[in-house]
Amino acid sequence: MNSIPILSILTFLPLAGGTLAALLGPERQKLGRNLAFAASLLTLAAAIGLWAVFDNSRGGLQFVESAAWVPSLGIDYHLGVDGLGLLMVLLSALIVPFALLASWRIQENPKLYFSLVLFLESGLMGTFTAQNFIHWFLFWELSLIPAFFLIKIWGGPRRTSAAYQFFVYTMLGSVAMLAAFLAMYAATDAATRTFDFSQLSQLAQGGGLFAGHTSLATAVFAGVFLGLAVKVPLVPFHTWLPAAYTEAPTGTAMLLTGAMSKMGVYGFLRILLPVFPAQMRALETPLLWLAVATIVFPAAAAFAQKDLKRMVAYSSINHLGYCLLGIFAAVKLTGPDAGQANEKAAALNGVILQMFNHGLTASALFYFVGLIELRGGGLRGLDDFGGLRRAAPVFCGLMGITLFASLGLPGLNGFPGEFLIFKGVVPLAWPAAAVSTLGLLLTAVFLLTILQRVFSGPLPGRWSGWPDLTTGERWAVLPVIALIFALGLFPQLLTGLSNPAVLQIMKLF
Amino acid sequence: MLAWTIYISFLGAAVLMFLPGRNPRPARIIALLAALGGLACAAAGVASCQRQGGPGELMRLVNVPWIRDLGIRYHLAADGISLVLVLLTGIAAVAGVLFSWNVEDRCREFFALYLALIGGVYGVFLSFDLFLLFVFYEVAIIPKYFLIAIWGSTNREYGAMKLALYSFVGSAMVLVGLIAAYVVSGARTFELEELAKVSFPATFQYWAFPLVFVGFAILAGLWPFHTWAPTGHVAAPTAASMLLAGVVMKLGAYGALRVAMTLFPAGLHYWQNTIAALAAVGIVYGALVALVQQDFKFVIGYSSVSHMGFVLLGMMTLSQIGLTGAVLQMFSHGIIAGLLFAVVGRMVYDRTHTRDLAQLQPMNLHQVLPFAAVTFVIAAAASMGLPGFSGFWAELQVLVGAWQTFPWFAVLAAAGILAGVAYTLRVVLKAFFAEGKVDPRDLPRLQPISLPERAGALLLLATTLIVGLWPGPLLGLIIPALNSPLMQPLCKGAAP
Repeated sequence: MNSIPILSILTFLPLAGGTLAALLGPERQKLGRNLAFAASLLTLAAAIGLWAVFDNSRGGLQFVESAAWVPSLGIDYHLGVDGLGLLMVLLSALIVPFALLASWRIQENPKLYFSLVLFLESGLMGTFTAQNFIHWFLFWELSLIPAFFLIKIWGGPRRTSAAYQFFVYTMLGSVAMLAAFLAMYAATDAATRTFDFSQLSQLAQGGGLFAGHTSLATAVFAGVFLGLAVKVPLVPFHTWLPAAYTEAPTGTAMLLTGAMSKMGVYGFLRILLPVFPAQMRALETPLLWLAVATIVFPAAAAFAQKDLKRMVAYSSINHLGYCLLGIFAAVKLTGPDAGQANEKAAALNGVILQMFNHGLTASALFYFVGLIELRGGGLRGLDDFGGLRRAAPVFCGLMGITLFASLGLPGLNGFPGEFLIFKGVVPLAWPAAAVSTLGLLLTAVFLLTILQRVFSGPLPGRWSGWPDLTTGERWAVLPVIALIFALGLFPQLLTGLSNPAVLQIMKLF
Repeated sequence: MLAWTIYISFLGAAVLMFLPGRNPRPARIIALLAALGGLACAAAGVASCQRQGGPGELMRLVNVPWIRDLGIRYHLAADGISLVLVLLTGIAAVAGVLFSWNVEDRCREFFALYLALIGGVYGVFLSFDLFLLFVFYEVAIIPKYFLIAIWGSTNREYGAMKLALYSFVGSAMVLVGLIAAYVVSGARTFELEELAKVSFPATFQYWAFPLVFVGFAILAGLWPFHTWAPTGHVAAPTAASMLLAGVVMKLGAYGALRVAMTLFPAGLHYWQNTIAALAAVGIVYGALVALVQQDFKFVIGYSSVSHMGFVLLGMMTLSQIGLTGAVLQMFSHGIIAGLLFAVVGRMVYDRTHTRDLAQLQPMNLHQVLPFAAVTFVIAAAASMGLPGFSGFWAELQVLVGAWQTFPWFAVLAAAGILAGVAYTLRVVLKAFFAEGKVDPRDLPRLQPISLPERAGALLLLATTLIVGLWPGPLLGLIIPALNSPLMQPLCKGAAP
């Protein structure tokens, strides 16, 4: 179809850049850092190039690359993107340089840090473009190891237990998911055995996947579900998250929330909805209420925190809860009586918008909290500051915009996604939507609390010399702020990409 | 060509025995050349196999009478399974020499015994006469004992003696079983292919199968006969524990597959579930014990028991996919275990003189020995079975096969993988990463990683990565071999 394997380039460019930087001698830290940053910018350029040549009007996969990999097991090297994949690729490519800028001044072995971030980026790119489970899983796991070491080596005081917990939890989910896929593979007729996503969903539609094995189908679904739910995370599988996000260094926390958490939601859309629609439908009500719990409880927990970073971490769970709410609501009324297509399309479009926008805002929030921590000499308590607005107006203005974007103020980028999700969910499952508004309310309250306690009130004497954003910091955050406005005012920039993908996904379940 | 793997190794051993002088340098170089020669012959063998009838055909190397009166022949041949293991032996042998570069004490004898061991191992993998196979099997055990007893460390006499006793008990069981098969068949031959055609009486197979299978599988670390493995690994010098875990444990698994399972299908059928259960218990047990060890090397020792459980479980599935996984796991574990032992024994222990995780942790070795840390982290990821490394494809296929035959054991094995993640992660953290900040002045001063060590580590890392990213060539050797007339019955459930 196309001569340049652009998706393979996107996947392996960061890996190559990271390896090159890692192989430099230990005394050439600066060169390694700059090299890695350049590689991340190149990847961003490639991603933007992909966006430019992507054909918006088509719903299916584009830029497909396919080659036999392990023929005896029916595993292909199969890549492709639709609108959803493209948006995730763009998001990852944007967040990585932003996170690298946020880590510019780390002291300990910066070269290694930057290489690990690039390895992680390869994992993200591979996950968002793979169309075969094994291939997808390889990159899913590849992203885990760098994340582990980023937390373990550069993290806060309790980094060891945070990293260990993060890794073991995620691995638990991964092993369950792998075992589930293998069980499914083993149970399928030899003639139709496959790991290919689209073939699996066709089999599921034709009823060929679990013919006569209902209990197996449930077990397999449970395994895959667990793997994805831990990653997003869905309450009650979220307990690893606050420690990991809080202990992670700023740049890593930005990546974890901005891009890695999207891997889980992406899996729900790419795997669970198309391959297991019947199982999702059977469990629709409990799942909906788990999503509601994911929205409400973390919002309440964030409200109770005294540590800014923990607050942002909990708010991250809350925001991803809306994505899950939209997905679970869209499962309703499918199959034979598939009505309300508009509502479902609205909800799923909202989910994709929310994924993209939350990635931007949440990483920007972690960036600002990181700056506060840096300037405050390690302090980041809610009550440690006050009145900073007077000392650093630009800082507070931009962080304020991000906070408002995060709470969903119309005109900023957080709004369209949440609006579309609620627009879809209210007619589909109004009680869940009604309770979820409680989460919206709590989010507004605690985000405004941050604004009030940190920026307003009297300025303590010790912070009177609080420096405003430097030129470099302004440049780092400028693209994100610009996107916050642009995507808030012109959400069609995103829906134009997401809608064809959504319509395609909806055909599958 | 392939038969020269054996001859080059023994020739090298003989030359070293008679080498004059005390200078270790020529001894090392001769050993390295012999090991490289073996690897080159193995690679040439694989290549020529592709040219000839393909890996499904048996490659005949030598077939001449040896002891005419008993019908014993000197018969060397190879199919795809042998080739995979011969290739493993070649790679492990080269890496082992590179990681023994610092042996000063009686260097000539060390390498002579080392090469004799390698020669015996090649012989086992290439013998298609069972008596000959048994002779090579014994040849491999004796140097093993001396390598541990003379050059070993902690509790070396105990470790060596335990290993030797377990091995000899196993060999005795195998020998009794083989002679019984010879007598009962009445065919007056030890030829594997001839004996495989004989249908032995079922009642005979019911006791002969476990005798021969367990006799071999003791060396493969079959639970509960695995206890020699951790002590033996710990006591052995680095190269010997690399070979012990990397290659010698495969001898046991290979013998169990090639001899016991091929000759006694009815017995296999009868004992299949029992042995699969032992294998599954071994996977979980090895992983859980590894989780609580304080000695760095014991962790790796028990992890070998756990990983070999996958080999045995895969063999017991009696399906093509499970057996493919089992053979691939033999290869993969050989490489990965060798790498892990090399880091523990050579890179860390030879420098720090401790293997106690509590003492290693404050040294913050990832700063002192970054190369060792990176090597170990990659090897650990491979050992966990992460995709992109050889172990992933092996364990994946074993799990699929196990799921089809005995789903509950598959679940148990998956739990074992999870425990594997936990102990591997624990040992990575404890061995290389200190808690809290360490003052750079408190770090120990250690010799940097030498060139031979780097070369050996890169060889093994590249192998596991290449197979992990591109398992096609090895699978292309294994699968046709499993479809051959000799192995085909095993893939069909070995119904009597």
